[in-house]
Amino acid sequence: MNILVCISNVPDTTTKVKFADDNKKLDIAGIQWVINPWDELSLTRALELKDVASSEVAKVSVAHVGPATSEPTIRKALAIGADDAYRVNTEATDAMQVAAELAEVVKSGSFDIILCGIESSDYNGANVGGMLAEFLDYTSVSGISALNVSGGEINVTREIDGGKEQLVVKAPFVGIVQKGIAKEPRIAAMRGIMLARKKPIQVSEPKQAESATALLGFEAPPPRAACKFIDADNPKQLISLLQNEAKVI
Amino acid sequence: MSIIVYTENWDGKFKKLSFELSSYAAKLAEMLNEETIAISIGRVEAEELKKLASYGIKKIITVTDDRLQTFDSRTYTKVISDICAKESAQVIIMANNNSGKSLAPRLSVRLKAAICSAAHELPESISPFVIRKRVFSGGALARTELKTDIKLITLTQNSFDLCESPVDVVIEAFTPEPEGASPAITIKEQEKQTGKVLLADAEIVISGGRGMKTPDNWGPLEELAELLDGATACSRPVSDEGWRPHEEHTGQTGKIIAPNVYFAIGISGATQHLAGISSSKYIVAINNDKDAPIFEAAQYGIVGDAAKILPQLVEAVKESKAS
Repeated sequence: MNILVCISNVPDTTTKVKFADDNKKLDIAGIQWVINPWDELSLTRALELKDVASSEVAKVSVAHVGPATSEPTIRKALAIGADDAYRVNTEATDAMQVAAELAEVVKSGSFDIILCGIESSDYNGANVGGMLAEFLDYTSVSGISALNVSGGEINVTREIDGGKEQLVVKAPFVGIVQKGIAKEPRIAAMRGIMLARKKPIQVSEPKQAESATALLGFEAPPPRAACKFIDADNPKQLISLLQNEAKVI
Repeated sequence: MSIIVYTENWDGKFKKLSFELSSYAAKLAEMLNEETIAISIGRVEAEELKKLASYGIKKIITVTDDRLQTFDSRTYTKVISDICAKESAQVIIMANNNSGKSLAPRLSVRLKAAICSAAHELPESISPFVIRKRVFSGGALARTELKTDIKLITLTQNSFDLCESPVDVVIEAFTPEPEGASPAITIKEQEKQTGKVLLADAEIVISGGRGMKTPDNWGPLEELAELLDGATACSRPVSDEGWRPHEEHTGQTGKIIAPNVYFAIGISGATQHLAGISSSKYIVAINNDKDAPIFEAAQYGIVGDAAKILPQLVEAVKESKAS
């Protein structure tokens, strides 16, 4: 069984974002780029499944849509333990375009489980996984918090309203992953970093998928009103403000 | 041409978000001069269905097929897109929650529809179709043009006020085409609590952090949630410590929620936590550190010890309920 983990290259989640070019673009000066946190958890779980004795997972690959400048992030995924990588050599413009390009990668190989993080921490769209599944006409399961493979059977847990469901899913499918699938993201060891230098990154040219949206520009969010402090000796006043001023309780 | 709303129910009763989506659709319908149609999947009584008409829905299409009891996003997508094609959908509106996130991206590919996810307001213009959405976990807004003929919008919960505009409604049943292949998903086990306020849907959320000191201090927090018909939540360190179940973790890697009011009790407000709650309409912070970043995000705050303040809040709510 082969697993493909789709990874997105995002600014470190503690970045204070700034914009350039008349607020049309992200100001990338000084940004530290990382693997999108949910993608990193997906990769960690895929590797955990591969690393057990008599594992049914033969290979873990990663796929990324982005220019050569995102290779450090791909190398990081290889250093953590992925066997090989695919990169579609184009600037990502929107979810529809990224998913269409990823679909080409999936079709070019032989993958049973395709994992995507539920969203990327930059544009927060939560779209690529579902779009990819539809391009491929695969089943997709969203909100996965556990993934297991045994006896050729794929078991997943997904969150539903008010609880969770344990499912058996037929391969191939797209798993859209949230927190819980792995405890902590795996960290690359020195040996892994050395090995990663020799692992193959297969670069392909884009099929020139079109984007469905255009980003016109960024705006600062409207400022929130300053905090109104209530005396700790009189917390009842808080309840009365929430009832009569904010009218939310 | 029409505006389609994908409604959701919980044990046969519409979730509040269904009325929010309908209110949003009715306003958009005025801008576009279109009709509003709602889709309801699952068993919902006619009387409950008609509630949608109070929010401007003129036609309801119901699907009660047993094959849809298991939520398979691929099958659901086919059913919804067939209805959208039949009704010449121009805009489709869904909630930005678990179901919306599972279905909207698939539908967008199937219908060749550009998508704006996690919208919180109406488009600023309809030709071109330009709408703003939150990006970078609330750190900025992106003005986005949806370039395709059909458009898809997922709306953040509690971001659009209910707006009553009663109309006459017709109810139609839709029977999906039989599916040839055997199902790709089989449910082995299901744990489901009913009767409890769901965190993702809650209008009021009471959340505790490390400042709660020990898991034994959660009693008054739970009591406050129950009194206010709210849900309980927690910060990441609390779920990592195992004080609370990880389903309660709100924040960037946990649940991203948008209640009307979020109580952050003993939560300092790290960037990653704020990323999960910054779409809340109001944030109330209780923390003994007056310099905690949570107070920069909050509209109401108390500097003090959560363990002392919580019981007094419980008393205050009880008193106001009694009077």
